[in-house]
Amino acid sequence: MVEKSMTPGRDTAAAGGTTAPAAPVPESAPEHTSGLPPQRHGWPLWEVFVRSSRGLSHVHAGSLHAPDAEMALRNARDLYTRRNEGVSIWVVPAEAIAASDPDSKGSFFESPQGKDYRHATYYTKSEGVKHL
Amino acid sequence: MAQDLQSAGPDEAGQAYFDRIMAEDSRIEPRDWMPEAYRRTLVRQISQHAHSEIIGMQPEANWITRAPSLKRKAILMAKVQDEAGHGLYLYSAAETLGTSRDEMMDALIAGKARYSSIFNYPAVTWADMGAIGWLVDGAAICNQVPLCRASYGPYGRAMVRVCKEESFHQRQGFEILLELAHGTEAQKEMAQDAVNRWYAPALMMFGPPDDDSPNSKQSMAWNIKRFSNDELRSRFVGMMAEQVKVLGLSLPDPEVRFNEDTGKWEHGPLDWEEFKEVLAGRGPCNAQRLERRREAHENGAWVREAAAAYAAKQAAKRASTAADDLDVRKVA
Amino acid sequence: MIPSDSQTSQARPGALVAGAPASDSKVSTSSTSAALPSSSLASQARPGARAAVGPAAVGPSSDSKVSTSSISAALPFGATGDGSASATRITPGNALRPEDIALAARTGAAKPGNDVAEYALRLGDDALVLAQRLGHWISRGPELEEDVALGNIALDQLGHARSFLTYAGSAWGKTEDDLAYFRREPEFRSAHLFEQPNGDFAATIARQFIASHYQYELYRRLAQSADATLAAIAAKAVKEVDYHRDHSSQWVLRLAGGTEESRRRMSAALDLVWPYVGELFDDDALTARLDGTAVAPSSLRADFDDLTGAVLAEAELAVPDVPRAPGGGRAGRHSEHLGYLLAEMQVLAREHPGAGW
Repeated sequence: MVEKSMTPGRDTAAAGGTTAPAAPVPESAPEHTSGLPPQRHGWPLWEVFVRSSRGLSHVHAGSLHAPDAEMALRNARDLYTRRNEGVSIWVVPAEAIAASDPDSKGSFFESPQGKDYRHATYYTKSEGVKHL
Repeated sequence: MAQDLQSAGPDEAGQAYFDRIMAEDSRIEPRDWMPEAYRRTLVRQISQHAHSEIIGMQPEANWITRAPSLKRKAILMAKVQDEAGHGLYLYSAAETLGTSRDEMMDALIAGKARYSSIFNYPAVTWADMGAIGWLVDGAAICNQVPLCRASYGPYGRAMVRVCKEESFHQRQGFEILLELAHGTEAQKEMAQDAVNRWYAPALMMFGPPDDDSPNSKQSMAWNIKRFSNDELRSRFVGMMAEQVKVLGLSLPDPEVRFNEDTGKWEHGPLDWEEFKEVLAGRGPCNAQRLERRREAHENGAWVREAAAAYAAKQAAKRASTAADDLDVRKVA
Repeated sequence: MIPSDSQTSQARPGALVAGAPASDSKVSTSSTSAALPSSSLASQARPGARAAVGPAAVGPSSDSKVSTSSISAALPFGATGDGSASATRITPGNALRPEDIALAARTGAAKPGNDVAEYALRLGDDALVLAQRLGHWISRGPELEEDVALGNIALDQLGHARSFLTYAGSAWGKTEDDLAYFRREPEFRSAHLFEQPNGDFAATIARQFIASHYQYELYRRLAQSADATLAAIAAKAVKEVDYHRDHSSQWVLRLAGGTEESRRRMSAALDLVWPYVGELFDDDALTARLDGTAVAPSSLRADFDDLTGAVLAEAELAVPDVPRAPGGGRAGRHSEHLGYLLAEMQVLAREHPGAGW
């Protein structure tokens, strides 16, 4: 069950069905150097994460296409930080993201429900005691 | 939470889950089950929206090299560049539904995809930069703000970014018109002429009247669309009627008025026959716009191929270096 | 009349001043960011900070806020978890802008002599002509991502052009637009390299490759100029041009190492523009008179050759062995291309002389 639910896939951008090959794998060579229609370029999809200022987490900003990681970073800089949105950028090949299975929402995320004792608010008797 | 769904078949369970998300006005995310028609509708709408941004770059890009001051040149460049960015955000959102950008671009170039018909009108004077910003972007913003709450997560998120960035687009257009309207007689004429030409097409951007808009109902039920075409159009007319006074210009529609009984703004009749003609490909610039996109795309093919080939070679080099390292370690 | 530059620039702290307080460049955007001190971000976005000088301070300003429209204020944020982390928080930053220079000139705080103005005119014209060329790519790039990238570079160049031209014009009571739109072709001072047509993407990259490496070496040194305004403009520009250098180098590598076709095109493009390299490094009487203020063009050549040579070597391309063209742009003798570029750029402004836009 868990194994099934951990199938890699895109949660953030293109789920299945895209023809874009994975990024830095040799097999990703464009299958078309001459014969195929010229518009098939196969620049893979990248997910972009931006840190808006020091001390904060990187947050998913969106996606883009780029031929490789170096260009993905530069494209992300040009596209997602034109208005000072960030001080740091991560790019990740979309295909490298493993995502939890949305079909198993019930079981996968059930356990924490009802475990109030993990939260400070559960402990009411000590309320009002200073510095606690 | 989902116990009641476990015994049902995957589609029934999915449908029940989907229905509940809709009822709760929550969001659908890419890997969730969704009805095929919902997916199709979204792909159609988001890709049309993306195409509109990309084709919409052209009438304005037409004036970048002729902008009459350096400040205006910078503003216009930044705006047209934003539109490329917005097209990108939207294509990415559509890609989460399983349709690649290549497929969408092919459909656009082949003339099989639609985009906002307004971009098939020519931008013939500098004042058109003002009218496009004020009226066309104004109408687009009215349409887009509710889309920030669209039920499909990636679409809503893309629209949040788009709307934030567009906040300057309408203002810069308004200010272009304001400058012209307070300028020389020739400039004022130019401004009024542009408003006259873009007014009706901008109103038609909201889509056909409600009683002639077959898809609207379903889109509203799916929380993709939040307000009806006529409702948004009426709101827009109201805003323009006020703003045009600040400009010192007039709307080319003597029938614009606020109806006290309905509490809504009304406007004169629109030429929906013309709308359909342009939509069907018989507008002033349809062929030109597509040709220009096709040309850019085809001229870029060798560049895209080159970068992909380079990436593959580099990756292969890295892989073989890694393999060599491994061999060395084995030997050692 | 309508509020224009003058008012906006008065409403802004003089960015020419090193260490001007950045904390008032607050931007009201999302509610999630409201709790953050904006100074941290703004000060990082202040490349002008190390730059010298300048008396342009107009006093603190409380309304340099960027008011995004009411629409964006109503947008739903916070839906993305982690309280203050956001990928869409936007600010205008706080760096030297042409408006600041215009203001400094108006108040008499920065006024160049004739030679300095002539020199600024050269740098401004190079950047203006290049921006005009690059602006044409927007909506025509090989991929949407590249439309955006070239757009950024064009905007950077246009920004530099406006700063240099504004400064130059202040010596003669002229605005940036007077200089851009109402000079005749022989009055322009651009070098031939910048005037070269866009050609295919490889030709544009080849031109960028030379232009950005030249400008980087130039601005790097000009940031130490005895003229405070030139130094401040250069200090802002050098960081941007550094990125242009990287952008063009990345593409030289990819086009040279991509497909057979791309290698052929890249190599042909370099051959096509390399004749115009020589002119960039010619000293003349003006640069000699401005010792300590201007950078002697010839002093840039060695570094230019080293750095471009290294990239070309990595790309396995030879430095083009082509005879240099005589140039003449600094003296107003231009290539055949400039006339068309100016005709297009100036047509509308000249149709309405004296009009505001």
